Amino acid sequence: MLSYLIKRLLLMIPILFGITLICFIVINLAPGSPAMFQEELSPKASPEAVQALKKLYGLDKPLHERYINWLKMVFTLDLGKSFVDGRKVEDKIKERLPITITLNLLSLIFIFIVAIPIGVYSALRPGSIFDRALTFFVFTGFSVPTFWLALLAMIVFGVNLGWLPISGIQSIGVEKMPFHERVIDYIKHLILPVTIMSFSGLAGMSRYTRSSMLEVLNQDYIRTARAKGVPERVVIFRHALRNALLPVITLLGLSIPGLIGGSVIFESIFSIPGMGQLFYSSAMARDYPTIMGILLIGALLTLIGNLIADIAYFIVDPRIRVKRDV
Amino acid sequence: MFKIILRRILKNKFALAGLIFIFFIVFVAIFSSYIAPYDPYKINVYKVLEPPSKEHPFGTDELGRDVLSRVIYGAKVSLKVGFLAMGIAILTGTILGALAGYYGGLIDSIIMRVVDVMLSFPTLFLILAVVAFLEPSIYIIMIVIGLTGWMDVARLVRAEVLSLKEREFVLAARAIGASSFRIIFRHILPNAIYPVIVAATFSVGGAILIESGLSFLGLGVQPPEPSWGGILSIGKDYITVAWWLSLFPGIAIFLTVLSFNLVGEALRDATDPRHWTED
Repeated sequence: MLSYLIKRLLLMIPILFGITLICFIVINLAPGSPAMFQEELSPKASPEAVQALKKLYGLDKPLHERYINWLKMVFTLDLGKSFVDGRKVEDKIKERLPITITLNLLSLIFIFIVAIPIGVYSALRPGSIFDRALTFFVFTGFSVPTFWLALLAMIVFGVNLGWLPISGIQSIGVEKMPFHERVIDYIKHLILPVTIMSFSGLAGMSRYTRSSMLEVLNQDYIRTARAKGVPERVVIFRHALRNALLPVITLLGLSIPGLIGGSVIFESIFSIPGMGQLFYSSAMARDYPTIMGILLIGALLTLIGNLIADIAYFIVDPRIRVKRDV
Repeated sequence: MFKIILRRILKNKFALAGLIFIFFIVFVAIFSSYIAPYDPYKINVYKVLEPPSKEHPFGTDELGRDVLSRVIYGAKVSLKVGFLAMGIAILTGTILGALAGYYGGLIDSIIMRVVDVMLSFPTLFLILAVVAFLEPSIYIIMIVIGLTGWMDVARLVRAEVLSLKEREFVLAARAIGASSFRIIFRHILPNAIYPVIVAATFSVGGAILIESGLSFLGLGVQPPEPSWGGILSIGKDYITVAWWLSLFPGIAIFLTVLSFNLVGEALRDATDPRHWTED
């Protein structure tokens, strides 16, 4: 276990460097510098003022020097100051991160709870109406633009039926409400975003569970179990499902970047003050340090998610403890 | 082989429907200026936000422009981005995957590490960062979507090349002195073509989804140029009064992407022997 963990962590180091490098390249190869951006805002700014501004932001130094400086800052967990309001980037991210992580975790849990029973059920009855409905749902889930689905849901449940709020994560004046009402208010605000965020993940996961389950059900050990008279329920849940769920763990890990990336769209649609929304507004304002910081954090979250998935896989599946090609 | 595959696809009625819809939407995109009932840029202040009617089947937008005409013109943008981004992703992925699989060793480790790094980014973050810094234009969008979508193709091609390069016909080619370049492009890759075509079909749909999302955020195709995501973005602003702005472009995106996915799925089933026994 320990040697596997160490090997796995060592493998992350080159990837981490690659991530910082790409963050840096992306932001710096772009032509619009913040100084130029300021210039656009006030065309009367003198060249000296622009130069001073560049110096202030460290933009007058050559690229590699800036990269090394930035890297030093990153490793001391200092992500610099925002160009927009001069606040520390790590503070800005810190206050937004919990909301985004909460939303993502909720949708992962939702996906897990809903998709697995669906997948198992349709694997047990391949070709049935339920199974076909699942196939239909899977194709819809992969093809529908989720932000459109969000709009439709807002029109139906928010505007027409008026059941659910369509923006923000709490109502105005929520502080004055008693605790249980506040919780209900919070939940009401989360229902739409979480369901819509989970939609394509649900489709993918249930399809995956289904095919994984179908594959396992054809294995010899399942036939053996049935042959020796193990009750069907035990065969399905103890013998088959446990093995079928193994690859699902990996898929959960792999779905993290998509979820985090999607938060940009969902948070801006539902006006949720999370990291995605911060990223969007920073991108619009060309706020270099904040963008770099969020890109970096997004990639780190993905890495951590994959690490957790790998470790979980390692713990659950004794076979890979013997030999695993990483 | 090709005939067999075609017959298999045509037998699948969903795939057939998808194929027909793809032809339809390509036709609409090419002849948009003849098909559209109105000029998609023509502003009419007397017909602002009119609900669907006989004159304007999809209604009008906040500037009185005909939404149907704008949806028809939007097909052009979406298909252009979809196909070209796919081309860039497939080309990059195939070349890098082939190099990694064929040469192995250091080249393989470097390329696969790059794949790992690229896969650790939430794709939308990366795209958004780049698009936000450059002047948003349809070409930048294509390139960025293409360059963030090649990793799966690279992995796929690498795996194919790894297994193909040990086969007798490759050894034979090497024995008669064929160059590595020739072996990769003339002997190995043609044998890995079907999985690549399948991936390409799916990636057109994926690219269209990303483009519409970007245009929806205002970082894709810039108004007044009509795009499906762009109309939806206006639909969001008028969500309480004009549902038609949110409905029709979304259906267009959905059906187009669905068609590519259905065809891709049928292609996979038709070309992958492992799927022949299923269903």
